[in-house]
Amino acid sequence: MGVAVRSTKTESGPIHYRYFMNVGPQHPSTHGVLRLIIGLYGEYVLSIEPVIGYGHRMHEKMAQSRPWQAFLPNTARMDYACCLPHQHCYLSLIEQHTGIKVPPRAEYIRVIAVELNRIASHLLWLGAFLLDLGAFTPILYCFDDREEVLDILENLTGARITHCFFRIGGVLADIDDHSANRIREFMRRMRGRFSVYHKLVTENIIFIKRTRDIGIITPDMARRYGATGPVLRGSGIAYDVRKQQPYSAYRDFSFDVPTGSRGDCYDRYLVRVEEMQQSLCIIEQALERMPAGEIRAPVPRTIRLPAGQRSFSVEGARGEVTYYLVADGTDTPYRLKVRSPCYANLNLIQELGQGMLFADMIATLGSLDLVIPEIDR
Amino acid sequence: MKRYIIELVQGGASLLAGLGVTLRALVAQPVTVPYPRKKLPMQPGFRGHPMLVRNPATGAFTCIACGTCMQRCPSRCIDITAARTESGTKYPARFQLDFTRCSLCGICVEVCPVSGLAFSRSFAMPHRTREACKYDLVTRGEEGT
Repeated sequence: MGVAVRSTKTESGPIHYRYFMNVGPQHPSTHGVLRLIIGLYGEYVLSIEPVIGYGHRMHEKMAQSRPWQAFLPNTARMDYACCLPHQHCYLSLIEQHTGIKVPPRAEYIRVIAVELNRIASHLLWLGAFLLDLGAFTPILYCFDDREEVLDILENLTGARITHCFFRIGGVLADIDDHSANRIREFMRRMRGRFSVYHKLVTENIIFIKRTRDIGIITPDMARRYGATGPVLRGSGIAYDVRKQQPYSAYRDFSFDVPTGSRGDCYDRYLVRVEEMQQSLCIIEQALERMPAGEIRAPVPRTIRLPAGQRSFSVEGARGEVTYYLVADGTDTPYRLKVRSPCYANLNLIQELGQGMLFADMIATLGSLDLVIPEIDR
Repeated sequence: MKRYIIELVQGGASLLAGLGVTLRALVAQPVTVPYPRKKLPMQPGFRGHPMLVRNPATGAFTCIACGTCMQRCPSRCIDITAARTESGTKYPARFQLDFTRCSLCGICVEVCPVSGLAFSRSFAMPHRTREACKYDLVTRGEEGT
């Protein structure tokens, strides 16, 4: 952290000393390579300027310079904590653009895998967020549960993170009885664990004092910045792509969209915990009603992308993920734009953080659940 | 003042409830294992780096060095040098996998027309040099790793 001092003369006369402090790019509470240039007056934050781009890997350029199939592993490397929604979005876009129909069983397997990934991502966030607040214990419980999800996903997709599991027209592997029973066993375990989290975190007085009425995002402000996901739903707007524009097999399942009432850090925490329960609900329904049949549609060996443009949105763990494709008739996209939810959510912090105490600003930043490689791409 | 005392009592109770959770974990079985001495079973679905498959009858590699995997690899990390036997069939004289670039997507295994590639089970592969990460799957397969 570098510290520089500048003095500014205010209208009333006295000189206020304003500190400029760098948080990051390698700071534990920024979860990646985010740099915040923070103007401080004592412990109070006057201004925040996020500096991004340290993890830029030219993913969009890569998509434009090679056949579309070759971009498949890239989709898993933007949001490393919850990559399956990205892959789901990309492949659904290509399938819709080329008119490939996905068998119902494959759609169900995709939904189960995505929801498991969402639970893993929220558990990771929960542990890391509480670590930001100075609580060390919960992350151990979270990682214990997350390990179970990762084991299931590893058996299914072959990797613990950065899964490359979905394929054009379907998925790579089927969920057999053994895997289904493992998922059911995990659901039983996870449902019993929420009471532990409530005792450990939700009802904890220190946690409540650190998060209640801290970092309040009003619905208007959330709309202005284009916030999505739990950040938007924490502010009381029930917008979920799975409900608003049902894609894949989400039309078949009944689930609630949890919302907060005040829009503070505590509400965003509650929304995410409730979302994990809703994800379990979706997985349960999907396992029960899983249709028999193929897991992969027969597709031609070479698929060209017809000229035209198209976009597709899915609900990631952090918000709305959108892929926008412009194709010119070859097998290489002319342009592929990725809309990452974290970029919009990060922008909130500039306005939100002004006038806050430094420790509250860190709590607010943690509650936004940012994955920086997704912003930098 | 009354509110303060209520909050104090309720807050204290919430902390004790949290401590209860921790205390139960203290007497429960540990969930971790001391890694090098004890290892957890690997998941059957684990996908390691690609390796060449042998024909169980003849013991020779089933790979016909057609180069499909080389073309379809997103990271372009496969390089095959083909050779021909006296009877004229193609076989890989050298099958180089640059593991520093491989993203383990599994597309090579999927597209192989003769199922000549499979996923290995090795996951701990530290190397001292970058060059050592370039595996020749022909000789690596013969080593049985």
